[in-house]
Amino acid sequence: MGVEESIRRPSKHDELRTSPTPTTVESSPARWRGRSRGLRRPTWPTHLMLVVVVAVLVGPVLYAVLVSTQSNNDLFSFALLPGDRLDDNWDVVWNERQLGRFMLTSTVVSVIIAFGKVVTSLLAGLAFVYFRFPGKWVVFGFVLVTLLMPTEISILALFRQVSDLGWQEAGPWGLPPLGLTVPFFASATGAFLFRQHFANLPADLSEAAQIDGVTPFQFLFKILVPLSWNAIGALLVIQFIYGWNMYLWPLLLQPDDQLVQVGLGGLRNADQGQAYGPLMLGALLASIPPILVFLVLQKPFMRGMAIGRDK
Amino acid sequence: MYPLLAAAVLAGALVGRRAWLRAGLRGVTGMVVGALAGFVGPLAVMNPIRSCTFDDERGGVDRALGILLFAGGAALAVGLAVWIVNAVARPAGPRAARDITFERGSFRGHRFFPFGLLAPTLVILVLFLYRPMVETFRLSTHEVRTTAPRQPFVCLDKYTRLMEPTIEWWAIGPAALLAVVLVANVVLARRGAVAPSLRKIRDLLVVLVVVAWATAVFGARYRGVFTTTLVLTTGTVVLSLALGLAIATLVSQKIRGRGVYRTLLIWPYAISPPIAGILFYVMFDPLVGIIGNVWETLTPFEMPNYRTEKWLARFVVILASVWKTIGFSILFYVAGLQNVPTDTLEAAQIDGAGPLQRFRHIVIPALAPITFFLIISNVTYAFFEVFATTTYLTTGGPSGATTDVMFALVQAATEQGNFGDGAAQSVILFAMVLAVTGWQFRSTGRRVTYGR
Repeated sequence: MGVEESIRRPSKHDELRTSPTPTTVESSPARWRGRSRGLRRPTWPTHLMLVVVVAVLVGPVLYAVLVSTQSNNDLFSFALLPGDRLDDNWDVVWNERQLGRFMLTSTVVSVIIAFGKVVTSLLAGLAFVYFRFPGKWVVFGFVLVTLLMPTEISILALFRQVSDLGWQEAGPWGLPPLGLTVPFFASATGAFLFRQHFANLPADLSEAAQIDGVTPFQFLFKILVPLSWNAIGALLVIQFIYGWNMYLWPLLLQPDDQLVQVGLGGLRNADQGQAYGPLMLGALLASIPPILVFLVLQKPFMRGMAIGRDK
Repeated sequence: MYPLLAAAVLAGALVGRRAWLRAGLRGVTGMVVGALAGFVGPLAVMNPIRSCTFDDERGGVDRALGILLFAGGAALAVGLAVWIVNAVARPAGPRAARDITFERGSFRGHRFFPFGLLAPTLVILVLFLYRPMVETFRLSTHEVRTTAPRQPFVCLDKYTRLMEPTIEWWAIGPAALLAVVLVANVVLARRGAVAPSLRKIRDLLVVLVVVAWATAVFGARYRGVFTTTLVLTTGTVVLSLALGLAIATLVSQKIRGRGVYRTLLIWPYAISPPIAGILFYVMFDPLVGIIGNVWETLTPFEMPNYRTEKWLARFVVILASVWKTIGFSILFYVAGLQNVPTDTLEAAQIDGAGPLQRFRHIVIPALAPITFFLIISNVTYAFFEVFATTTYLTTGGPSGATTDVMFALVQAATEQGNFGDGAAQSVILFAMVLAVTGWQFRSTGRRVTYGR
């Protein structure tokens, strides 16, 4: 990004240049919009509009930060300055309603789901691209069709099935309930992501590997995985957020260890009437892990989704 | 039922013959295969429900639904046969085109190994996706309650209880208009005239008619649920895409710090639907919410209460969903805008096309694949995830104004303990997903190219 920005920094030459040179990176529409009369339009209106948009998008969160420091009385008087009740609100959220416990369970569950999906998808991608076997297109279609069948459609039947298995109870070896993780270990999206990604790698790779007598698993872990960090990162982000945002499923299942999105419900209508500060504080705290994951893995995420190719 | 079966067999034979002749094969084979498909298809659909819709004591709605199912089964089987013969007859069928296995690079000498690699995915999909799906269909034809151990078969009662077809002017009007347009199309085609705008109107009318008739089929109680889903979905998709494209265009300009802007614009993607609900719940709170306060400071009007005003409740739910999904739309439109062909744009500019014309005729068509993907993902979001927002924001109210299909089916299962009702509504939702996907594939999917 830095390099590109420095190459494309507006200079006088830009306005003097008469014909567009095909070699420069000019993929963005900014070129043709900015140059409509051969002159560069000032950029401050764009900045202004973007700042407004960002402000609107960030607004709800800023408001949540404000309210989370206030008491209900501050809120009723529409005080726009931070209050002094952060400690009390924290006490309600963290010690009384034990949001930390829910967040811990959610973290473990999301990490398990994300890694489970990445592993099964890597294996499926390997099979789809580097092997020939009878009935491949039937299998492929079988996986493809699941894109049209979100879990939510059959969630009631799934609930009956999983609770008959007793999977709402705490899992073995101190793991969270199996019902929260195992049903979500397969990912058609992931299988297709890796299939597409592997197919774009040169065929010489696997040929050379075979000549060297490399087994498929060695090939996967020593060659494919290091070449696929971006795709893996992208899938990890998507699936971690998927796991963290799960709401309906844990709500139905009522597992022994509850997840944070349902746990937040405990902050609604606590005691008498709604205490708004703790509610907002809880919502903020519960948003930190997914946003953190998103920010940390942003680069591989963008690249893995083939987004931001100019970076 | 037997006359129907005869009709299906006959229709199958005719369609089969035509398809086989078209593919350059013997028509007789096509007739036999088509007839067989016309026979097996309906039975495959009707047997699991024991053909109960044709029992004597059943009402008209049951019977109509049964005929529809019957015809659907026949169409599916015959269509499948035609599709297969086309795929096989064409020299480079979809098989060859879509096979991206390396000719040279694939591993040899592992016969069962790839199945081992696929086993985890397939086992999970079969056990936790396909099996519940089949079970959903079974549940939807049985009276299943949490309290009762017995699960008697109830035919399609769970569906027909939701249906009470009435004749409505808003269902007849578009249909009549569509008929006029269809006739006009035929007349114009006979005269050799082409009317692309008329075709667009026709496509639009078809969608309108399907939606209106589907609405008119449902009884008063469920009609509200259905229309709520339509309103919430349309609102979310249209606003998220339109605003997303506008903002993506802004942030694609060559300006300083656009990387920072992008990060600041995209992060709401990571916010969860329930939390979007909570934030908007407090912001729009009729007593303490900041929105009401700002509104009443800036304007002389009183802020309407979203917990009693139906339209506002829906609007706030849409607003919360758009706020949550817009990051995703921006993300993909920014990526799409980078792939808009620059040379075409410059050629158009030299030809004197203004910025708006270029946007309309070059940028938007070039973005069609992204739009296709975003419509599907936003519709999926609106169908399945908005539920979590509404539980925290409006709990389905006021008086059911934000109770969508998902909310209603969860309610049926959890509050009334009626899993049969819930399952039937799940199947309706599934049909809606299929309809949207099919429509999307028809209108834009053909132009979409995947991969490279």
